[in-house]
Amino acid sequence: MEMGLGHYLTLAAFLFSIGAAGIFINRKNVIIILMSIELMLLSVNINLVAFSQFLGDMVGQVFAFMVLTVAAAEAAIGLAILVTFFRNRGDISVDGANLMKN
Amino acid sequence: MTIWDNITFAFPEIFIAIALMILLLVGVFTSGKYGREIGWASIGVLAVALYPVLFGTAAQTADLFNGAFATDGFAKFSKVVIYTGAAVSILLSGHFMEREKINRFEYPILILLSTLGMSLMVSSTDLISLYMGIELQSLSLYILAAFNRDSLRSTEAGLKYFVLGALSSCLLLYGASLIYGFTGATTFDAIAAAGLTANTTGLILGLVFLISGLAFKVSAAPFHMWTPDVYEGSPTPVTAFFAAAPKFAGMALFARVMVEAFPTIIAQWQPILVIISILSMAIGAFSAITQTNIKRLMAYSSIGHMGYALMGVAAGTAQGVSSVLIYMSIYLIMTLGTFACILAMRRPEGMAENISDLAGLSRTQPALALMFTVFFFSLMGIPPLAGFFAKFYVFMAALDAGLFYLAIAGALASAVSAYYYLAVIIKIWVNEPAPEFDRNVGQSVKGIAALATLLMVIGIFTIVPMLTGYAETAAGALFR
Repeated sequence: MEMGLGHYLTLAAFLFSIGAAGIFINRKNVIIILMSIELMLLSVNINLVAFSQFLGDMVGQVFAFMVLTVAAAEAAIGLAILVTFFRNRGDISVDGANLMKN
Repeated sequence: MTIWDNITFAFPEIFIAIALMILLLVGVFTSGKYGREIGWASIGVLAVALYPVLFGTAAQTADLFNGAFATDGFAKFSKVVIYTGAAVSILLSGHFMEREKINRFEYPILILLSTLGMSLMVSSTDLISLYMGIELQSLSLYILAAFNRDSLRSTEAGLKYFVLGALSSCLLLYGASLIYGFTGATTFDAIAAAGLTANTTGLILGLVFLISGLAFKVSAAPFHMWTPDVYEGSPTPVTAFFAAAPKFAGMALFARVMVEAFPTIIAQWQPILVIISILSMAIGAFSAITQTNIKRLMAYSSIGHMGYALMGVAAGTAQGVSSVLIYMSIYLIMTLGTFACILAMRRPEGMAENISDLAGLSRTQPALALMFTVFFFSLMGIPPLAGFFAKFYVFMAALDAGLFYLAIAGALASAVSAYYYLAVIIKIWVNEPAPEFDRNVGQSVKGIAALATLLMVIGIFTIVPMLTGYAETAAGALFR
């Protein structure tokens, strides 16, 4: 079977859905949320690179590099906020972040 | 066009970027001793960046950096409002930050960074620069929300904002990748040109993801869940900043993307925006009724107001876009004024944030009570205050675009939301007085509250006619 654009798009869609599900289903640990976010961003990169190859257009790959750098910055800031939260709270469970409720 | 031409046009952004890095170095090398001076210097930086925006004689509609960046009238109008909003937010924060002992020099620098992001957002005419602008703004805002790093509430707000914000960025990005794939282009012009001929299902799927991401950034329902928690948990001056400039930038970007990139498929996106708009107005109106915390109340109020502003975007006409700009500008003044009043709610033991703390304010501090009343009537949209004209123009735009149900829903939501604003006003004027607030809340807070009140009252003669003229020119730039 030949690998076509559709296969890559399906893979990216699956990874994106797994990432999104990871954010909503996970109740234990905020670190898992950070990992899910990375997964979603990288699935977008698969999309971009696949489209770029399919269209014969370099812009998609430039976009993918931009996403990579932003993802790194995002992870750094997320971890920093997580560390300050851990210092105040003493644990990083998702259910623990419940100080403010309606 | 040479590289130097591009740089001249992008002077405000490049200047802010270089200046904030210099300020950061100064702050680090003096071990943060000059926090207050760096705050004033940041306001100066914004003023210098504003100068070429206001008086630059350069060609107004140039598409720069290979079509990724525009300095048209729309971008200029937005930048004036955003820079002003950011500068006022820095002014509002000084006294509060000193009292709470979190007056670190990073605060104005982070505001400058997010202002740079917003500036890029309103100028972007390409999916890549759109994404970079949004991320630059959001990443700074996550840190600002957690700025009081020894407070559990503030760090929890930062964490929630980060998780949900990153999720929305992913949605937006996934949408952008699909749009790129199915049109083969990332610049708005090229997407618009490809819009009719492309495989429409994939394009519309991408568009839905993109709209979800943008709706999150302006806190429109059903992507509003983060707003109340982040507003309540963040330090109050940060909340004031969140409610003002980033909302304007998000809404301006929303309007630009819809109108410039997808004018040919308006029939597909208009119903989505109508639903988002109605949901936001309804949730803003009904959820606010049961709130007891004034910052949460303002959060739901802002969700509702984003619904009204989206009416103008949904219209998709030049009149609609100009009404959005008018709405968001007046909303920015109203909300900064209201938060200046909220910053004045301080007792010796700390900030008072409950609505019950406002009881009987008219007897203890009549001036503050009067300002609160003016702002709440203006948020309600009572003539002749400026808030009425904001609503008036978006309703007219929706009606002229044939969106009658949307206008009716907006009118009903206004009536419901009047209830909770009035409940606060009645508490202020009728109930038995609560313990008095501190009088010493800083000169700039008092000045800004008074100035914003004045603008609301005499807005009919001053800002409203001025804004309508400029907004019309600015909106025209998107429909060339």
